[in-house]
Amino acid sequence: MAYNFDWSVLWRQPYGTWLLQGLWVTIKIGLFSWIIALSLGIIIGTLRVTPWKFTRFLASAYTEFFRNIPFLVQLFFWYYAGPMLLGDRLGHAINQIIGLNYYVAIFALGIYTASRVAEHMRAGFASIGKEQYQAVLSTGMTQYQMYRYVIIPYALRVILPPLTTEFLTIFKNSSIAMTIGVAELTFMSYRIDAETFHGLEATTGAMFIYLLLGLTVVRIMGFIESRFKIPGMIGR
Amino acid sequence: MIEIKNVSKWFGDFQVLKDINETIEKGQTVVICGPSGSGKSTLLRCINGLEPYQEGEIIVDGESLSDPKTNLYKLRQKIGMVFQRFELYPHMTVLKNITLAPMKVLKKSKKEAEKKAMELLERVGIPDKANEYPANLSGGQQQRVAIARSLAMEPEYMLFDEPTSALDPEMINEVLEVMVDLAKEGMTMVVVTHEMGFAREVADEIIFMDEGRIVERGTGEEFFANPKSERTKLFLSQILV
Repeated sequence: MAYNFDWSVLWRQPYGTWLLQGLWVTIKIGLFSWIIALSLGIIIGTLRVTPWKFTRFLASAYTEFFRNIPFLVQLFFWYYAGPMLLGDRLGHAINQIIGLNYYVAIFALGIYTASRVAEHMRAGFASIGKEQYQAVLSTGMTQYQMYRYVIIPYALRVILPPLTTEFLTIFKNSSIAMTIGVAELTFMSYRIDAETFHGLEATTGAMFIYLLLGLTVVRIMGFIESRFKIPGMIGR
Repeated sequence: MIEIKNVSKWFGDFQVLKDINETIEKGQTVVICGPSGSGKSTLLRCINGLEPYQEGEIIVDGESLSDPKTNLYKLRQKIGMVFQRFELYPHMTVLKNITLAPMKVLKKSKKEAEKKAMELLERVGIPDKANEYPANLSGGQQQRVAIARSLAMEPEYMLFDEPTSALDPEMINEVLEVMVDLAKEGMTMVVVTHEMGFAREVADEIIFMDEGRIVERGTGEEFFANPKSERTKLFLSQILV
């Protein structure tokens, strides 16, 4: 028996709205977890190269912990075991939060991606010559001022291309949040399948929505790259 | 005054500095020359605490650099440094390069820092480059910006680490002229260089280093006229053509 295509599941109500709602959740998870990933990643990456052994140890422990465990396992851990770790009362209270899975997804994706951003930061710092650091210090700046005002802004510009990839990856990884029941884009395409048995169309639709989202991110990052490129260095 | 007393330094097993003694008075210009690997750049970096030393003592205005109580960051505010490869911040305009430390370290207002920066750019002859990025400047212009950046902190001492070695020959003079002016205005300077013309013109003392030791020292004229050690003679015969 031939399969009857019905592409109208992509816009027919309520399915069209489901996809849009899913897309909106995907965008929110991506953006919020990216804020966590970027700020935490910059801090952890910088602590990894500071002159103090203890902070270096903590930062490498963080990086190695989060980048060596599959993200799916981390997500399950934070969602199912996380609240329990906080003890009976607090854990119970947390489990009462409406939309907890959504917040856990943002948190888990953020701190996981932070470990990857931290590694890119380290590469960025390594690409800056030793004498550049000495030049900053020779003007009387402290370690903190050196990183804050010169080295971190410099390194971020150097690693903008790999950061674009991370930013894209965070939207793609957000689809894993469906495994803890977050109603993001992939979840919604499955939901349409469950209601209409037109999973092929729904999944294809989701695929193209992801593609469009990704291409938009690439365009935005391309603009940021050209805006912040270091004259004479990158962005030929 | 910078006092260097019996300073020795090792990189692992390798001794880069061997029992260095030197006193640099306020207003003096001291030129350090010697073959590569002789320890001259390392000695320069010990003076502002960018490199630690293991033995002896370096005292700047009464403060010992090896004393843990000495605030190195504070001390470096009065010791400017110029590098062989300029080391400007490539992602900032010339003006931002110069105003950054005065604003963040000395807490000067932006207006005040920019006024001073423009004066300095005027002084090194490139006020029209204020809003350019370093990559759009020639090597000589970049090095003059680097000098301006150091001077913006109003240092009492200036260290120069082969400031003209990375420059095309026709750009060397524009940098040397700035340095000669500085020396004549009474800036205390320690200059690692092979520009013997510069040394002859402004150096109060010339030091020749080899294999981590000060082999010979003298005032400009006597250093060139009758060097005592064979090593110095050989070196001079090779660089004075």
